[in-house]
Amino acid sequence: MSSRIPLLTVAVSFAMLAAVIFWVGTRDQSTPTQAPAKTANAAPADRDDTTESATKSEDVAVSGNAASEKSERLGDAAPPATASAAADFAPPARNEIPDDEFGAMVRKGRDIFTDTQTHAGRFVGNDLQCANCHLDEGRRPDSAPLWAAWAMYPAYRGKNKHVNDFAERIQGCFRYSMNGTPPPRGDEVLVALESYAYWLASGAPVAKDLAGRGYPELDAPEQPPSFSRGKQVFADHCALCHGSDGQGQRAADGSLAFPPLWGPRSYNWGAGMHRVNTAAGFIKANMPLGAATLSDQQAWDVAQFIDSQERPQDPRFTGSVSETAKQYHGEHSMYGKTVNGVVLGQDAPPSGTTANVNQK
Amino acid sequence: MTIRFRLNTISTLVCLLSVSLWAQASPGDIAKQGLGDDVAPCSSCHGAHGQGNKAAGFPRLAGLGAPYLEAQLNDFASGARENAVMKPIANALSADQRRAMARYYSQLRSEPSQASTGQSENPPETGARLAEHGRWADDIPACVQCHGPAGVGVGEHFPALAGQPAAYLEGQLRAWRNGKRPGGPMGLMASIAAKLDESDIKPVAQYFAAQSPTSAKGGGS
Repeated sequence: MSSRIPLLTVAVSFAMLAAVIFWVGTRDQSTPTQAPAKTANAAPADRDDTTESATKSEDVAVSGNAASEKSERLGDAAPPATASAAADFAPPARNEIPDDEFGAMVRKGRDIFTDTQTHAGRFVGNDLQCANCHLDEGRRPDSAPLWAAWAMYPAYRGKNKHVNDFAERIQGCFRYSMNGTPPPRGDEVLVALESYAYWLASGAPVAKDLAGRGYPELDAPEQPPSFSRGKQVFADHCALCHGSDGQGQRAADGSLAFPPLWGPRSYNWGAGMHRVNTAAGFIKANMPLGAATLSDQQAWDVAQFIDSQERPQDPRFTGSVSETAKQYHGEHSMYGKTVNGVVLGQDAPPSGTTANVNQK
Repeated sequence: MTIRFRLNTISTLVCLLSVSLWAQASPGDIAKQGLGDDVAPCSSCHGAHGQGNKAAGFPRLAGLGAPYLEAQLNDFASGARENAVMKPIANALSADQRRAMARYYSQLRSEPSQASTGQSENPPETGARLAEHGRWADDIPACVQCHGPAGVGVGEHFPALAGQPAAYLEGQLRAWRNGKRPGGPMGLMASIAAKLDESDIKPVAQYFAAQSPTSAKGGGS
């Protein structure tokens, strides 16, 4: 070892000389001292509360006829790909909100709808906005537009087995899709949202199932929806925005940009979107944003994948997953089913977490 | 022996120092001094802090996502993104250097270029409408849905538009329409640009040029 030292010394000395020359030549340089600007991507990459990362990629098929379970959307299912063009009603233009007391309430409703965290945060228990599932501020056909929903209530709902008025219907959104606490009847948040929906429906016929209402009902897929195929669809078409872990992304100013699709900050096990057929219809008609190009089969598969991830507990939880599944979950729900060795719903984060007030 | 030992130690230290200096400073050196004959200093057009040059239409690079910036350099090099100035520069950089430059600029703070509010105080209403609401009848989502409120940027793949030079933004929309720039992830921008009307382009570019890149305005619009 000692015999190698002189050689090393020569080499190192030469390197030192070179380094000094290099240093003299560049001594006015300044390494960038700016602190790294943290990007907005707040999606935790190491989240392991989802079932997806588990061992085997076992296909979980939906049994039975996938289209047999009727969603609440009545009447004929318009062809999804062209459905938006077929809408037979158009809501008033954005700038037509009247400049009076009523208009002020409509604006309030619109603001709640598009930035629910800021304007109705006390009732919200996740990182979603109304407008995440009702695109274009609740105006887009085949994205459950408000103008088509307004005049279809009061209506009997199988979900709670009684006739619901529109206010109760919105309360359901807060309880399930927003994983929060429903605003009490008469609360201004409800009044504002009702006003906004009512205004959007200006001139719409009452109790008519308008084209573009709800999400399109897809025909049963050729092959049973597949978790593993859906995983690939997700990676190819969804992860860019929603993150490879499905937890969404925030903008550089910290605001919510792309919503989380599962996990503790997403919709809960009682939300309509947790049903594979509902999600498939929404996805087919609307995703990816502005470039809805997935096939029916891809939409079914990716819906299967997304809705086979753990999410907040069903607020109607009886204390037993199997009992809750039996009582409230139909064939299109993955709740209580075993995916990759895990019973979905078993490790669900709590529902209705509005106590954690959202900090912006 | 002690002398040799000391010399050894010093040499090794200096050697390590020089290696680490070289490794760390390289992107900064290239940014400030260029590289050889082919690579002009980035800062001469994009500013000392990567803040861009609004008057001349050179885009801000500071704080944009590293994968995005790297993809642009690679596309300049291959010619997929057409740009006569950037092509020889990107070509003269190795793939590693392109990656290092992208990381370097992604880590600089976003600073508004000097003329950030001077250009168009009142962007046209049509630009704001398209930027904030899109035009869903034509399947055009709001720009801010992917680029964040006021275009502040989202994550690594949706670059900030706020405060970029209007001429630059306009040029990019036209490049996508003319096939002179790759459509980006999933071809999203090529598809959206194709759906725009010619009359949309200038107003929407002016809208984002007038926004503050450090806007802390939260929430939707």
